[in-house]
Amino acid sequence: MNKMSTAHKSYPEALRPVGELIEGKQTYESITDSITSVVLERPNPPGWMLMFVIGGMFTCIYGMSLVYLFAAGTGIWGITMPVAWGWAIINFVWWIGIGHAGTLISAILLLLRQDWRNAINRFAEAMTIFAVACAGQFPLIHMGRLWVGFFILPYPNTMGLWPQFRSPLLWDVFAISTYGSVSLLFWYLGLIPDFASLRDRAKNRFAQLAYGTVALGWRGSARHWFRYEMASLLLAGLCTPLVVSVHSIVSFDFAVANLPGWHATIFPPYFVAGAIYAGFAMVLTLALPIRSWYNLKHIITARHIDLMAKITLATSMIVVYGYAAEAFFAWYSGSEMERTMMWNRIFGDYAPAYWALILCNFVAPQFLWIKWFRTNVYGLFLICQFVNVGMWLERYVIVVTSLTKDFLPSSWGTYHGTFWDWMTYLGTIGFFCFLMALFVRFVPMIAIHEVRVTHHKMTGEHH
Amino acid sequence: MSHYDNQGPSVFGIAAEYDDPDQLLKAARSAWDAGYRDMDAYSPFPVHGLAEAIGFKRTWVQLTTLVAGLTGAAVGFGTQWYATVVHYPYDIGGRPLFSWPAYIPVTFECMVLFAAFTTGFAMLIMNGLPQPYHPMFNIDSFARASSDRFFLCIEATDGRFKLDDTKAFMEKLDPKPIEVSEVPA
Repeated sequence: MNKMSTAHKSYPEALRPVGELIEGKQTYESITDSITSVVLERPNPPGWMLMFVIGGMFTCIYGMSLVYLFAAGTGIWGITMPVAWGWAIINFVWWIGIGHAGTLISAILLLLRQDWRNAINRFAEAMTIFAVACAGQFPLIHMGRLWVGFFILPYPNTMGLWPQFRSPLLWDVFAISTYGSVSLLFWYLGLIPDFASLRDRAKNRFAQLAYGTVALGWRGSARHWFRYEMASLLLAGLCTPLVVSVHSIVSFDFAVANLPGWHATIFPPYFVAGAIYAGFAMVLTLALPIRSWYNLKHIITARHIDLMAKITLATSMIVVYGYAAEAFFAWYSGSEMERTMMWNRIFGDYAPAYWALILCNFVAPQFLWIKWFRTNVYGLFLICQFVNVGMWLERYVIVVTSLTKDFLPSSWGTYHGTFWDWMTYLGTIGFFCFLMALFVRFVPMIAIHEVRVTHHKMTGEHH
Repeated sequence: MSHYDNQGPSVFGIAAEYDDPDQLLKAARSAWDAGYRDMDAYSPFPVHGLAEAIGFKRTWVQLTTLVAGLTGAAVGFGTQWYATVVHYPYDIGGRPLFSWPAYIPVTFECMVLFAAFTTGFAMLIMNGLPQPYHPMFNIDSFARASSDRFFLCIEATDGRFKLDDTKAFMEKLDPKPIEVSEVPA
């Protein structure tokens, strides 16, 4: 560790890393204990109860919204012509984006040998899976007729029809379903050795059987670890281009269309950066309270928080570059439509949303240059809320400004979400919190075996 | 045990227990140098060089990834080609039917899907998992192998394995094990 610390001496004081990757005097056993006890012993802290109950309530509200939606049709939402996409697509992109940080942490940072990911990857991967679960529902319920949802899949049918393989909407189906299932696989494989730890430490018979079953008889054999590490590396190598492809394809939903404000080559990289930005803010939003509820500050340390805040800041700057590039392209294209669209976006009916977005995604993250905001949990939490709101507004601005004022002034109109738009959206946030609450209660929320590796690197002999 | 005794060895092997991964690594190398080949090491996290120390140097997991990835790409591309060119050709303003650039996203996703699942399952199958029972679980302290204990086990199938000699060898290992125990089969 000392060698690492001296290497950082060249950074300016304000940006130098703080603290250690594991705080305090720990042993392999104390690390195992502090993580497994959350699942096996610790009573549920009030914060968790709150998350579980409120999450559960909003899950029910979501259920009711869906029932009403399927009974009455998508007319209960604010969607209209020409704004046929509305909140469903905004929420879809928002959720998918949030998921991306999980894959970045678990796959890309693994390939880059960033050891600090070890304490947060499990958590972030769970977030990915739940966010994708929320995202995936929106395109389906947006059909209003969920029971024909399978039409989007290529399957042999008596009509002799195929889905449109040349459409980004179909690419989305493949991208999201691959992303969701591969993330789930990666997450589960990572969990196997930790389930074995739970199996071996569980006191009651039911927990032993349950965790024993999902641990698949893992015994930590050197041969098994060898293949396991190879598989993890390969999966990380597959997930890295996958995560980039997923949000690129999501951005194609817009970029392949000819609408002013959508038809831009900057979209794929700018969407991917925005996704990682939103995702890190959400990881912090969840990690900051949960590490405090369960006394895990020695494993998710100030160093992790600081590093995540720095990535949030860096990706914020990429996103802001995207905003600038969009405005520049609109002007440089020389197209009347593009210029009008951009003028409308900045000064038109939806100007408040645009400027709120600039406040949330450009102004608020600038505070992260200051060390105090990266190390003070309350300050950082507040900034993350700005980011969460800002990234939703970004998609709102993109979807709504382009659709309300397209090529034909005669079809121009306005668009606003309705009560049921709100309930559906808040409902998925509740569903997400509910799943996260169940996750921290039943599954080790930190990859125990990987934190042991970090501990070994910090304390053991080097070969 | 009783009447199975004459069908095979009654012990699975002799296990030495450590509380440090670096000691386990040294012990594994000593056992290899002493000529033992049928052995395995158990640790609560992957220890760099341990598999090599017990003579396990390569795996074929990556080959399955390659084959599955190529298969997935071929299936994805082939399905789209078949659907848009052969089975359901649709002339839209004379645009080419074989519009391969539009097939790339789905081809790529199919490649990743096939490769990832094959990699995961190949790893589990090659490891012989799920395997609910294994003799090592018979040692009480092995419950700590998933937390803070490290085991080296020389198995009875090894040509040089002799219950008393091997046990004596393991007790004299440097570094000294916390405990040496017989693993019942």
